[in-house]
Amino acid sequence: MIKTILIDDEPLARELVREYLRDFPQVEIVAECNDGFEGLKAIQQHQPDLLFLDIQMPKINGFEMLELVDKLPQVIFTTAFEEYALRAFEVSAVDYLLKPFSKDRFAKALQKMLERRSEVSPELLDNASREMPMQQNRVVVKINGKIKIIPVPDIHYLEAADDYVKIVTGEGSFLKNKTMAWFEKMLDPQQFIRVHRSYILNIAQITRIDPYEKESYLAILRDGSKVQVSKTGYPKLKEVLGL
Amino acid sequence: MATHLLKEKTFRWSFLVACCLFSMLHGFILHYWLGVDGPNAWMDANIHNILLFIAVAAITQMQAYYRPVRARYVYVAVLTAVISVLWLLLTLVILKAIFSNDTVYVQWLSDTAPVRFALGWLLLTGTGFLSFFLYEMEEQRQALARKDAAEKMAREAELYKLRQQLQPHFLFNSLNSINALVSIRPEEARQMIQQLSDFLRGTLKREDQSWIPLREELQYLQLYLDIEKVRFRHRLTTEVLTEQGAGELHIPPMLLQPAVENAIKFGLYDTIDAINIRIRAWQERDVLFISVTNPFDAELTQSARKGTGFGLSSISRRLYLLFARQDLLETSAEGNLFTTLIKVPQQHDKDHSHR
Repeated sequence: MIKTILIDDEPLARELVREYLRDFPQVEIVAECNDGFEGLKAIQQHQPDLLFLDIQMPKINGFEMLELVDKLPQVIFTTAFEEYALRAFEVSAVDYLLKPFSKDRFAKALQKMLERRSEVSPELLDNASREMPMQQNRVVVKINGKIKIIPVPDIHYLEAADDYVKIVTGEGSFLKNKTMAWFEKMLDPQQFIRVHRSYILNIAQITRIDPYEKESYLAILRDGSKVQVSKTGYPKLKEVLGL
Repeated sequence: MATHLLKEKTFRWSFLVACCLFSMLHGFILHYWLGVDGPNAWMDANIHNILLFIAVAAITQMQAYYRPVRARYVYVAVLTAVISVLWLLLTLVILKAIFSNDTVYVQWLSDTAPVRFALGWLLLTGTGFLSFFLYEMEEQRQALARKDAAEKMAREAELYKLRQQLQPHFLFNSLNSINALVSIRPEEARQMIQQLSDFLRGTLKREDQSWIPLREELQYLQLYLDIEKVRFRHRLTTEVLTEQGAGELHIPPMLLQPAVENAIKFGLYDTIDAINIRIRAWQERDVLFISVTNPFDAELTQSARKGTGFGLSSISRRLYLLFARQDLLETSAEGNLFTTLIKVPQQHDKDHSHR
Protein backbone atom coordinates (compact mmCIF):
# COMPACT_ATOMS: atom_id res chain seq x y z
CA MET A 1 0.00 0.00 0.00
CA ILE A 2 1.24 3.50 -0.85
CA LYS A 3 0.18 5.99 1.78
CA THR A 4 -0.49 9.43 0.44
CA ILE A 5 -1.52 12.86 1.75
CA LEU A 6 -3.23 15.56 -0.29
CA ILE A 7 -2.24 19.11 0.62
CA ASP A 8 -4.11 21.89 -1.17
CA ASP A 9 -6.05 24.89 0.09
CA GLU A 10 -8.82 24.34 -2.44
CA PRO A 11 -11.15 21.50 -1.43
CA LEU A 12 -12.24 20.89 -5.00
CA ALA A 13 -8.67 20.47 -6.14
CA ARG A 14 -8.27 17.72 -3.55
CA GLU A 15 -11.52 16.11 -4.61
CA LEU A 16 -10.24 15.92 -8.16
CA VAL A 17 -7.06 14.14 -7.09
CA ARG A 18 -9.14 11.85 -4.89
CA GLU A 19 -11.31 11.00 -7.85
CA TYR A 20 -8.39 10.39 -10.20
CA LEU A 21 -6.81 8.15 -7.57
CA ARG A 22 -9.74 5.74 -7.73
CA ASP A 23 -7.99 4.12 -10.68
CA PHE A 24 -5.02 3.33 -8.45
CA PRO A 25 -6.26 1.08 -5.67
CA GLN A 26 -2.70 0.56 -4.44
CA VAL A 27 -2.62 4.22 -3.35
CA GLU A 28 -4.38 5.03 -0.11
CA ILE A 29 -5.23 8.58 0.99
CA VAL A 30 -4.44 8.79 4.68
CA ALA A 31 -5.11 12.51 5.13
CA GLU A 32 -6.26 15.68 3.39
CA CYS A 33 -4.90 19.05 4.49
CA ASN A 34 -5.83 22.67 3.85
CA ASP A 35 -2.41 24.16 4.42
CA GLY A 36 1.21 23.52 5.22
CA PHE A 37 0.66 23.48 8.97
CA GLU A 38 -1.91 20.71 8.81
CA GLY A 39 0.33 19.08 6.22
CA LEU A 40 3.32 18.95 8.55
CA LYS A 41 1.25 17.47 11.32
CA ALA A 42 -0.23 14.84 9.07
CA ILE A 43 3.17 13.92 7.64
CA GLN A 44 4.55 13.54 11.13
CA GLN A 45 1.63 11.37 12.13
CA HIS A 46 1.25 9.16 9.06
CA GLN A 47 4.77 9.02 7.57
CA PRO A 48 3.34 8.88 4.03
CA ASP A 49 5.10 7.59 0.92
CA LEU A 50 3.67 10.20 -1.40
CA LEU A 51 2.47 13.80 -1.26
CA PHE A 52 0.26 15.71 -3.63
CA LEU A 53 1.30 19.24 -2.86
CA ASP A 54 0.00 22.64 -3.94
CA ILE A 55 2.52 25.47 -3.90
CA GLN A 56 0.63 28.65 -3.15
CA MET A 57 -0.98 28.07 0.22
CA PRO A 58 -1.72 30.17 3.30
CA LYS A 59 1.21 31.38 5.44
CA ILE A 60 3.82 28.93 4.27
CA ASN A 61 4.04 27.67 0.72
CA GLY A 62 4.63 24.10 -0.41
CA PHE A 63 8.39 24.48 -0.73
CA GLU A 64 8.73 25.99 2.72
CA MET A 65 6.69 23.17 4.16
CA LEU A 66 8.97 20.59 2.56
CA GLU A 67 11.99 22.24 4.19
CA LEU A 68 10.51 21.42 7.57
CA VAL A 69 9.84 17.79 6.82
CA ASP A 70 12.42 15.48 8.37
CA LYS A 71 11.99 12.48 6.14
CA LEU A 72 10.80 13.41 2.69
CA PRO A 73 8.24 11.25 0.93
CA GLN A 74 7.93 11.39 -2.85
CA VAL A 75 6.28 14.59 -4.01
CA ILE A 76 3.98 15.40 -6.91
CA PHE A 77 3.30 19.12 -7.16
CA THR A 78 -0.12 20.28 -8.32
CA THR A 79 -0.34 23.97 -9.12
CA ALA A 80 -1.58 26.55 -11.60
CA PHE A 81 1.78 28.32 -11.52
CA GLU A 82 4.15 27.34 -14.27
CA GLU A 83 7.05 29.33 -12.90
CA TYR A 84 7.96 26.98 -10.05
CA ALA A 85 8.56 23.91 -12.22
CA LEU A 86 12.35 24.21 -12.19
CA ARG A 87 12.45 24.62 -8.48
CA ALA A 88 10.14 21.66 -8.05
CA PHE A 89 12.54 19.39 -9.86
CA GLU A 90 15.39 20.83 -7.84
CA VAL A 91 13.73 19.46 -4.73
CA SER A 92 13.49 16.17 -6.69
CA ALA A 93 9.78 16.20 -7.21
CA VAL A 94 8.47 13.18 -9.05
CA ASP A 95 6.34 15.33 -11.28
CA TYR A 96 4.78 18.73 -11.66
CA LEU A 97 1.11 18.78 -12.61
CA LEU A 98 -0.18 22.03 -14.03
CA LYS A 99 -3.79 22.71 -13.12
CA PRO A 100 -6.06 21.86 -14.75
CA PHE A 101 -4.55 18.47 -15.60
CA SER A 102 -6.13 15.52 -17.35
CA LYS A 103 -6.60 12.02 -16.10
CA ASP A 104 -3.98 10.78 -18.56
CA ARG A 105 -1.42 13.27 -17.40
CA PHE A 106 -2.18 12.33 -13.83
CA ALA A 107 -1.75 8.64 -14.61
CA LYS A 108 1.66 9.36 -16.13
CA ALA A 109 2.76 11.14 -12.98
CA LEU A 110 1.72 8.15 -10.89
CA GLN A 111 3.48 5.79 -13.26
CA LYS A 112 6.65 7.82 -12.80
CA MET A 113 6.24 7.67 -9.06
CA LEU A 114 5.84 3.90 -9.09
CA GLU A 115 8.93 3.47 -11.25
CA ARG A 116 10.98 5.72 -9.06
CA ARG A 117 9.84 3.90 -5.97
CA SER A 118 11.35 0.73 -7.23
CA GLU A 119 14.72 2.19 -8.15
CA VAL A 120 15.65 4.95 -5.75
CA SER A 121 15.83 4.68 -2.02
CA PRO A 122 14.07 7.50 -0.17
CA GLU A 123 17.26 8.43 1.71
CA LEU A 124 18.98 9.31 -1.52
CA LEU A 125 16.13 11.55 -2.49
CA ASP A 126 16.24 13.08 0.88
CA ASN A 127 19.82 14.17 0.54
CA ALA A 128 19.44 15.51 -2.94
CA SER A 129 16.57 17.70 -1.90
CA ARG A 130 18.47 19.31 0.90
CA GLU A 131 21.21 20.85 -1.17
CA MET A 132 19.17 22.85 -3.61
CA PRO A 133 17.90 26.04 -2.02
CA MET A 134 16.50 29.02 -3.88
CA GLN A 135 16.94 32.61 -2.81
CA GLN A 136 14.08 33.43 -0.51
CA ASN A 137 13.11 36.45 1.52
CA ARG A 138 12.13 34.46 4.58
CA VAL A 139 13.11 31.33 6.46
CA VAL A 140 10.72 28.92 8.13
CA VAL A 141 11.75 27.08 11.28
CA LYS A 142 10.06 24.76 13.72
CA ILE A 143 10.16 25.71 17.36
CA ASN A 144 8.47 23.60 20.03
CA GLY A 145 6.30 22.02 17.37
CA LYS A 146 5.20 25.43 16.11
CA ILE A 147 6.20 27.08 12.90
CA LYS A 148 8.00 30.40 12.95
CA ILE A 149 8.52 32.54 9.87
CA ILE A 150 11.64 34.69 10.01
CA PRO A 151 11.98 37.49 7.46
CA VAL A 152 15.52 37.39 6.09
CA PRO A 153 16.34 41.04 6.95
CA ASP A 154 15.64 40.22 10.61
CA ILE A 155 18.50 37.73 10.75
CA HIS A 156 21.58 39.09 12.56
CA TYR A 157 23.91 36.19 11.91
CA LEU A 158 24.04 32.42 11.49
CA GLU A 159 26.19 30.08 13.46
CA ALA A 160 27.03 26.45 12.68
CA ALA A 161 25.85 24.10 15.44
CA ASP A 162 26.57 20.44 14.67
CA ASP A 163 23.91 19.17 12.27
CA TYR A 164 21.98 22.41 12.59
CA VAL A 165 22.44 26.07 11.92
CA LYS A 166 21.61 28.55 14.63
CA ILE A 167 19.72 31.56 13.28
CA VAL A 168 20.20 34.57 15.54
CA THR A 169 17.60 37.35 15.32
CA GLY A 170 16.44 40.21 17.51
CA GLU A 171 13.79 37.90 18.95
CA GLY A 172 16.16 35.15 19.94
CA SER A 173 17.79 32.27 18.13
CA PHE A 174 16.30 29.37 16.20
CA LEU A 175 17.70 26.11 14.90
CA LYS A 176 17.21 24.81 11.38
CA ASN A 177 18.21 21.44 10.08
CA LYS A 178 20.28 22.69 7.15
CA THR A 179 23.95 23.20 6.35
CA MET A 180 25.89 26.47 6.27
CA ALA A 181 26.39 25.90 2.54
CA TRP A 182 22.63 25.72 2.07
CA PHE A 183 22.18 29.07 3.75
CA GLU A 184 25.07 30.56 1.86
CA LYS A 185 23.28 29.70 -1.38
CA MET A 186 19.88 30.76 -0.18
CA LEU A 187 20.80 34.19 1.16
CA ASP A 188 21.69 37.26 -0.90
CA PRO A 189 25.52 37.24 -1.18
CA GLN A 190 25.57 41.04 -1.15
CA GLN A 191 23.88 41.03 2.24
CA PHE A 192 25.08 37.88 3.99
CA ILE A 193 28.76 37.02 4.06
CA ARG A 194 30.36 33.78 5.17
CA VAL A 195 33.00 35.42 7.35
CA HIS A 196 34.11 32.25 9.06
CA ARG A 197 33.73 28.50 8.75
CA SER A 198 31.06 28.72 11.45
CA TYR A 199 29.53 32.15 10.78
CA ILE A 200 27.43 33.93 8.17
CA LEU A 201 26.93 37.59 8.90
CA ASN A 202 24.26 40.11 7.92
CA ILE A 203 26.37 43.13 6.97
CA ALA A 204 23.58 45.53 7.89
CA GLN A 205 24.11 44.53 11.51
CA ILE A 206 27.80 45.38 11.75
CA THR A 207 28.76 48.42 13.76
CA ARG A 208 32.51 47.91 13.93
CA ILE A 209 35.31 45.50 13.05
CA ASP A 210 38.16 45.09 15.53
CA PRO A 211 41.44 43.22 15.11
CA TYR A 212 41.47 40.03 17.16
CA GLU A 213 44.19 37.42 17.20
CA LYS A 214 46.81 37.45 14.47
CA GLU A 215 45.17 37.85 11.06
CA SER A 216 41.69 37.36 12.37
CA TYR A 217 39.08 39.94 13.31
CA LEU A 218 36.00 40.41 15.44
CA ALA A 219 32.84 41.96 14.03
CA ILE A 220 30.77 43.79 16.64
CA LEU A 221 27.05 43.78 15.86
CA ARG A 222 24.36 46.23 16.82
CA ASP A 223 22.94 43.83 19.37
CA GLY A 224 26.39 43.72 21.02
CA SER A 225 27.27 40.19 19.95
CA LYS A 226 30.75 39.51 18.64
CA VAL A 227 31.30 37.36 15.57
CA GLN A 228 34.66 35.95 14.58
CA VAL A 229 35.97 36.86 11.12
CA SER A 230 38.62 34.53 9.75
CA LYS A 231 41.63 35.25 7.60
CA THR A 232 39.74 34.14 4.50
CA GLY A 233 36.48 35.76 5.55
CA TYR A 234 37.93 39.23 6.06
CA PRO A 235 38.70 39.99 2.37
CA LYS A 236 35.14 38.95 1.39
CA LEU A 237 33.73 41.28 3.99
CA LYS A 238 36.03 44.10 2.90
CA GLU A 239 34.97 43.69 -0.71
CA VAL A 240 31.24 43.81 -0.03
CA LEU A 241 31.61 46.75 2.33
CA GLY A 242 33.71 48.52 -0.30
CA LEU A 243 36.70 49.06 1.98
CA MET B 1 5.96 78.19 -20.95
CA ALA B 2 8.32 78.09 -23.89
CA THR B 3 12.05 78.17 -23.26
CA HIS B 4 13.42 81.65 -23.60
CA LEU B 5 14.78 82.23 -27.08
CA LEU B 6 17.75 84.29 -25.89
CA LYS B 7 18.75 81.45 -23.60
CA GLU B 8 19.62 79.43 -26.66
CA LYS B 9 23.22 79.79 -27.71
CA THR B 10 22.70 80.20 -31.45
CA PHE B 11 20.05 82.85 -30.96
CA ARG B 12 22.18 84.76 -28.52
CA TRP B 13 25.17 84.80 -30.86
CA SER B 14 23.28 85.76 -33.97
CA PHE B 15 21.59 88.46 -31.91
CA LEU B 16 24.93 89.98 -30.83
CA VAL B 17 26.46 89.69 -34.30
CA ALA B 18 23.41 91.34 -35.87
CA CYS B 19 23.64 94.18 -33.33
CA CYS B 20 27.31 94.83 -34.23
CA LEU B 21 26.65 94.61 -37.98
CA PHE B 22 23.74 97.04 -37.74
CA SER B 23 25.85 99.50 -35.78
CA MET B 24 28.74 99.33 -38.21
CA LEU B 25 26.55 99.64 -41.27
CA HIS B 26 24.69 102.53 -39.71
CA GLY B 27 27.97 104.32 -38.86
CA PHE B 28 29.38 103.79 -42.34
CA ILE B 29 26.30 105.13 -44.05
CA LEU B 30 26.18 108.23 -41.86
CA HIS B 31 29.87 109.01 -42.15
CA TYR B 32 30.85 108.07 -45.68
CA TRP B 33 27.62 108.53 -47.55
CA LEU B 34 25.75 111.25 -45.73
CA GLY B 35 28.92 113.03 -44.56
CA VAL B 36 28.15 113.19 -40.86
CA ASP B 37 31.21 113.93 -38.67
CA GLY B 38 33.08 110.85 -37.43
CA PRO B 39 32.36 111.05 -33.65
CA ASN B 40 28.73 112.00 -34.27
CA ALA B 41 28.21 109.21 -36.79
CA TRP B 42 29.66 106.44 -34.53
CA MET B 43 27.98 107.66 -31.38
CA ASP B 44 24.68 107.98 -33.25
CA ALA B 45 25.07 104.47 -34.69
CA ASN B 46 25.90 102.89 -31.34
CA ILE B 47 23.18 104.59 -29.29
CA HIS B 48 20.57 104.01 -31.99
CA ASN B 49 21.34 100.34 -32.47
CA ILE B 50 22.21 99.26 -28.95
CA LEU B 51 18.94 100.70 -27.71
CA LEU B 52 17.16 99.10 -30.66
CA PHE B 53 18.52 95.68 -29.81
CA ILE B 54 17.70 96.12 -26.15
CA ALA B 55 14.14 96.81 -27.31
CA VAL B 56 14.19 93.63 -29.43
CA ALA B 57 15.42 91.64 -26.46
CA ALA B 58 12.74 93.18 -24.25
CA ILE B 59 10.04 92.20 -26.71
CA THR B 60 11.15 88.56 -26.97
CA GLN B 61 11.56 88.46 -23.21
CA MET B 62 8.03 89.71 -22.65
CA GLN B 63 6.63 87.26 -25.18
CA ALA B 64 8.35 84.36 -23.47
CA TYR B 65 6.50 85.14 -20.26
CA TYR B 66 3.20 86.38 -21.53
CA ARG B 67 1.17 85.86 -24.68
CA PRO B 68 -2.54 86.62 -24.43
CA VAL B 69 -5.01 83.96 -25.45
CA ARG B 70 -7.30 86.34 -27.34
CA ALA B 71 -6.34 89.11 -29.79
CA ARG B 72 -2.82 87.77 -29.89
CA TYR B 73 -1.76 89.48 -33.13
CA VAL B 74 -3.20 92.83 -32.08
CA TYR B 75 -1.30 92.52 -28.84
CA VAL B 76 2.01 91.89 -30.64
CA ALA B 77 1.39 94.81 -33.06
CA VAL B 78 0.51 97.25 -30.28
CA LEU B 79 3.36 96.08 -28.09
CA THR B 80 5.94 96.52 -30.85
CA ALA B 81 4.53 99.92 -31.83
CA VAL B 82 4.64 101.23 -28.27
CA ILE B 83 8.15 99.97 -27.74
CA SER B 84 9.23 101.51 -31.06
CA VAL B 85 7.98 104.91 -29.92
CA LEU B 86 9.68 104.58 -26.53
CA TRP B 87 12.89 103.49 -28.18
CA LEU B 88 12.93 106.44 -30.59
CA LEU B 89 12.22 108.98 -27.86
CA LEU B 90 14.97 107.61 -25.68
CA THR B 91 17.44 107.56 -28.55
CA LEU B 92 16.68 111.15 -29.49
CA VAL B 93 16.85 112.40 -25.91
CA ILE B 94 20.20 110.77 -25.27
CA LEU B 95 21.78 111.89 -28.54
CA LYS B 96 20.50 115.43 -28.10
CA ALA B 97 21.88 115.54 -24.59
CA ILE B 98 25.31 114.35 -25.74
CA PHE B 99 25.53 116.72 -28.71
CA SER B 100 23.58 119.64 -27.26
CA ASN B 101 26.18 122.14 -28.58
CA ASP B 102 26.02 120.85 -32.13
CA THR B 103 22.84 122.59 -33.34
CA VAL B 104 23.23 121.40 -36.94
CA TYR B 105 23.38 117.77 -35.84
CA VAL B 106 20.46 118.21 -33.42
CA GLN B 107 18.38 119.71 -36.17
CA TRP B 108 19.35 116.90 -38.55
CA LEU B 109 18.47 114.41 -35.85
CA SER B 110 14.94 115.80 -35.59
CA ASP B 111 14.58 115.74 -39.36
CA THR B 112 15.56 112.09 -39.67
CA ALA B 113 13.30 110.96 -36.83
CA PRO B 114 10.51 109.64 -39.12
CA VAL B 115 12.99 107.57 -41.14
CA ARG B 116 14.53 106.19 -37.95
CA PHE B 117 11.11 105.36 -36.60
CA ALA B 118 10.11 103.58 -39.80
CA LEU B 119 13.27 101.47 -39.79
CA GLY B 120 13.14 100.71 -36.08
CA TRP B 121 9.47 99.95 -36.09
CA LEU B 122 9.89 97.55 -39.03
CA LEU B 123 12.65 95.67 -37.28
CA LEU B 124 10.85 95.53 -33.94
CA THR B 125 7.57 94.38 -35.49
CA GLY B 126 9.39 91.77 -37.57
CA THR B 127 11.34 90.29 -34.67
CA GLY B 128 8.31 90.65 -32.43
CA PHE B 129 6.16 88.49 -34.67
CA LEU B 130 9.05 86.13 -35.39
CA SER B 131 9.64 85.44 -31.71
CA PHE B 132 5.89 85.18 -31.18
CA PHE B 133 5.62 82.39 -33.74
CA LEU B 134 8.74 80.64 -32.52
CA TYR B 135 7.36 80.58 -29.00
CA GLU B 136 3.97 79.38 -30.19
CA MET B 137 5.59 76.56 -32.16
CA GLU B 138 7.75 75.57 -29.25
CA GLU B 139 4.76 75.45 -26.96
CA GLN B 140 2.75 73.38 -29.41
CA ARG B 141 5.61 70.97 -29.75
CA GLN B 142 5.77 70.60 -25.98
CA ALA B 143 2.03 70.12 -25.73
CA LEU B 144 2.24 67.41 -28.35
CA ALA B 145 5.07 65.69 -26.54
CA ARG B 146 3.07 65.78 -23.33
CA LYS B 147 0.04 64.37 -25.05
CA ASP B 148 2.19 61.63 -26.56
CA ALA B 149 3.62 60.71 -23.20
CA ALA B 150 0.18 60.65 -21.62
CA GLU B 151 -1.16 58.47 -24.40
CA LYS B 152 1.78 56.12 -24.15
CA MET B 153 1.19 55.79 -20.43
CA ALA B 154 -2.48 55.12 -21.01
CA ARG B 155 -1.64 52.44 -23.56
CA GLU B 156 0.80 50.80 -21.18
CA ALA B 157 -1.75 50.91 -18.41
CA GLU B 158 -4.24 49.36 -20.78
CA LEU B 159 -1.93 46.51 -21.65
CA TYR B 160 -1.03 45.95 -18.05
CA LYS B 161 -4.69 45.98 -17.14
CA LEU B 162 -5.50 43.45 -19.83
CA ARG B 163 -2.85 41.09 -18.57
CA GLN B 164 -4.08 41.63 -15.04
CA GLN B 165 -7.66 41.01 -16.03
CA LEU B 166 -6.91 37.75 -17.70
CA GLN B 167 -5.39 36.50 -14.45
CA PRO B 168 -4.23 33.16 -15.76
CA HIS B 169 -3.88 31.61 -12.32
CA PHE B 170 -7.40 32.50 -11.35
CA LEU B 171 -8.61 31.08 -14.64
CA PHE B 172 -6.64 27.85 -14.40
CA ASN B 173 -7.58 27.24 -10.80
CA SER B 174 -11.23 27.85 -11.64
CA LEU B 175 -11.03 25.42 -14.54
CA ASN B 176 -9.45 22.91 -12.21
CA SER B 177 -12.35 23.31 -9.81
CA ILE B 178 -14.81 22.83 -12.66
CA ASN B 179 -12.88 19.74 -13.66
CA ALA B 180 -13.51 18.35 -10.20
CA LEU B 181 -17.16 19.40 -10.10
CA VAL B 182 -17.98 17.84 -13.46
CA SER B 183 -18.12 14.34 -12.07
CA ILE B 184 -19.04 14.94 -8.44
CA ARG B 185 -21.61 17.75 -8.72
CA PRO B 186 -22.39 18.39 -12.41
CA GLU B 187 -25.04 21.00 -11.61
CA GLU B 188 -22.52 23.12 -9.76
CA ALA B 189 -20.02 22.68 -12.55
CA ARG B 190 -22.55 24.08 -14.95
CA GLN B 191 -23.22 27.00 -12.66
CA MET B 192 -19.55 27.77 -12.29
CA ILE B 193 -18.99 27.64 -16.02
CA GLN B 194 -21.79 30.18 -16.33
CA GLN B 195 -20.26 32.46 -13.71
CA LEU B 196 -16.83 32.21 -15.25
CA SER B 197 -18.23 32.99 -18.70
CA ASP B 198 -20.17 36.00 -17.42
CA PHE B 199 -17.08 37.22 -15.65
CA LEU B 200 -14.87 36.84 -18.72
CA ARG B 201 -17.48 38.45 -20.97
CA GLY B 202 -17.63 41.36 -18.54
CA THR B 203 -13.87 41.69 -18.70
CA LEU B 204 -13.92 41.91 -22.47
CA LYS B 205 -16.91 44.22 -22.66
CA ARG B 206 -15.37 46.66 -20.25
CA GLU B 207 -12.69 47.57 -22.73
CA ASP B 208 -14.54 50.71 -23.71
CA GLN B 209 -13.56 53.32 -21.23
CA SER B 210 -16.83 54.98 -20.35
CA TRP B 211 -17.70 55.20 -16.68
CA ILE B 212 -20.32 52.88 -15.28
CA PRO B 213 -22.60 53.00 -12.24
CA LEU B 214 -21.07 51.50 -9.11
CA ARG B 215 -24.04 49.11 -8.92
CA GLU B 216 -22.94 47.54 -12.23
CA GLU B 217 -19.31 47.28 -11.18
CA LEU B 218 -20.36 45.58 -7.95
CA GLN B 219 -22.53 43.08 -9.81
CA TYR B 220 -19.52 42.21 -11.87
CA LEU B 221 -17.31 41.92 -8.80
CA GLN B 222 -19.91 39.66 -7.25
CA LEU B 223 -19.33 37.17 -10.07
CA TYR B 224 -15.67 37.17 -9.27
CA LEU B 225 -16.34 36.75 -5.55
CA ASP B 226 -18.79 33.91 -6.20
CA ILE B 227 -16.21 32.02 -8.22
CA GLU B 228 -13.63 32.50 -5.50
CA LYS B 229 -16.18 31.24 -3.00
CA VAL B 230 -16.60 28.02 -4.93
CA ARG B 231 -12.85 27.59 -4.83
CA PHE B 232 -12.36 28.46 -1.17
CA ARG B 233 -15.79 27.57 0.09
CA HIS B 234 -14.75 26.70 3.60
CA ARG B 235 -12.83 29.90 4.20
CA LEU B 236 -14.21 32.83 2.28
CA THR B 237 -17.21 34.99 3.12
CA THR B 238 -17.98 38.38 1.68
CA GLU B 239 -20.12 41.31 2.67
CA VAL B 240 -21.05 44.14 0.31
CA LEU B 241 -22.72 47.23 1.77
CA THR B 242 -23.81 50.10 -0.42
CA GLU B 243 -25.34 53.18 1.17
CA GLN B 244 -28.45 54.46 -0.45
CA GLY B 245 -27.74 56.44 -3.58
CA ALA B 246 -24.09 55.40 -3.78
CA GLY B 247 -24.91 52.61 -6.20
CA GLU B 248 -25.97 55.15 -8.81
CA LEU B 249 -22.70 57.06 -8.68
CA HIS B 250 -20.25 56.39 -11.47
CA ILE B 251 -16.74 54.96 -11.47
CA PRO B 252 -14.20 53.96 -14.09
CA PRO B 253 -14.72 50.28 -14.88
CA MET B 254 -12.43 47.68 -13.32
CA LEU B 255 -11.13 50.14 -10.77
CA LEU B 256 -12.14 48.04 -7.77
CA GLN B 257 -11.09 44.69 -9.15
CA PRO B 258 -7.40 44.93 -8.17
CA ALA B 259 -8.30 46.10 -4.66
CA VAL B 260 -10.60 43.13 -4.14
CA GLU B 261 -8.09 40.73 -5.64
CA ASN B 262 -5.48 42.14 -3.33
CA ALA B 263 -7.79 41.72 -0.35
CA ILE B 264 -8.46 38.10 -1.23
CA LYS B 265 -4.79 37.36 -1.77
CA PHE B 266 -3.77 38.94 1.54
CA GLY B 267 -6.65 37.34 3.37
CA LEU B 268 -6.32 33.87 1.97
CA TYR B 269 -2.57 33.54 1.95
CA ASP B 270 -1.54 35.46 5.03
CA THR B 271 -3.85 33.69 7.42
CA ILE B 272 -5.15 30.17 7.75
CA ASP B 273 -8.48 31.06 9.31
CA ALA B 274 -11.78 31.72 7.64
CA ILE B 275 -11.78 35.23 6.23
CA ASN B 276 -14.38 37.87 5.62
CA ILE B 277 -13.93 40.47 2.89
CA ARG B 278 -16.00 43.58 3.44
CA ILE B 279 -16.76 46.11 0.73
CA ARG B 280 -18.48 49.35 1.70
CA ALA B 281 -19.52 52.25 -0.52
CA TRP B 282 -20.85 55.64 0.49
CA GLN B 283 -21.04 59.22 -0.68
CA GLU B 284 -19.62 62.33 0.92
CA ARG B 285 -20.32 65.54 -0.94
CA ASP B 286 -19.24 64.94 -4.53
CA VAL B 287 -16.97 62.05 -3.77
CA LEU B 288 -17.74 58.35 -3.89
CA PHE B 289 -15.91 56.43 -1.16
CA ILE B 290 -15.31 52.70 -1.45
CA SER B 291 -13.51 50.73 1.21
CA VAL B 292 -12.32 47.14 1.02
CA THR B 293 -11.38 45.45 4.28
CA ASN B 294 -9.61 42.15 4.73
CA PRO B 295 -7.78 40.35 7.52
CA PHE B 296 -4.02 40.07 7.19
CA ASP B 297 -0.96 39.16 9.17
CA ALA B 298 0.84 42.35 10.13
CA GLU B 299 4.06 40.58 10.98
CA LEU B 300 4.30 38.72 7.71
CA THR B 301 3.32 41.61 5.55
CA GLN B 302 5.63 44.19 6.98
CA SER B 303 9.02 42.74 6.41
CA ALA B 304 8.85 39.57 4.41
CA ARG B 305 6.44 40.37 1.64
CA LYS B 306 7.37 43.08 -0.71
CA GLY B 307 5.37 43.67 -3.83
CA THR B 308 1.99 42.80 -2.44
CA GLY B 309 1.01 46.38 -3.14
CA PHE B 310 1.23 45.43 -6.78
CA GLY B 311 -2.46 45.69 -7.54
CA LEU B 312 -2.78 48.79 -5.41
CA SER B 313 -0.09 50.70 -7.23
CA SER B 314 -1.98 50.14 -10.46
CA ILE B 315 -5.10 51.67 -8.89
CA SER B 316 -3.22 54.68 -7.64
CA ARG B 317 -1.60 55.17 -11.05
CA ARG B 318 -4.94 54.93 -12.74
CA LEU B 319 -6.50 57.45 -10.36
CA TYR B 320 -3.59 59.76 -11.01
CA LEU B 321 -4.05 59.50 -14.77
CA LEU B 322 -7.74 60.25 -14.37
CA PHE B 323 -7.68 63.05 -11.82
CA ALA B 324 -4.04 64.14 -11.56
CA ARG B 325 -4.28 63.62 -7.80
CA GLN B 326 -2.16 61.45 -5.55
CA ASP B 327 -4.46 61.40 -2.54
CA LEU B 328 -7.31 59.26 -3.84
CA LEU B 329 -6.02 55.92 -2.57
CA GLU B 330 -5.43 55.31 1.11
CA THR B 331 -4.50 52.18 2.98
CA SER B 332 -4.61 51.60 6.69
CA ALA B 333 -4.02 48.71 9.01
CA GLU B 334 -5.76 48.30 12.30
CA GLY B 335 -5.03 45.22 14.34
CA ASN B 336 -5.28 42.41 11.86
CA LEU B 337 -7.59 44.28 9.49
CA PHE B 338 -6.29 45.94 6.37
CA THR B 339 -8.42 48.57 4.68
CA THR B 340 -8.04 50.04 1.21
CA LEU B 341 -9.97 53.26 0.71
CA ILE B 342 -10.63 54.53 -2.80
CA LYS B 343 -12.11 57.96 -3.47
CA VAL B 344 -13.70 58.73 -6.80
CA PRO B 345 -14.56 62.39 -7.34
CA GLN B 346 -17.81 62.63 -9.30
CA GLN B 347 -17.66 64.68 -12.50
CA HIS B 348 -19.92 67.70 -12.44
CA ASP B 349 -20.61 67.86 -16.13
CA LYS B 350 -22.30 64.46 -16.02
CA ASP B 351 -20.17 63.43 -18.92
CA HIS B 352 -19.00 60.00 -17.96
CA SER B 353 -16.99 59.27 -21.01
CA HIS B 354 -13.75 60.59 -19.53
CA ARG B 355 -10.75 58.45 -19.67
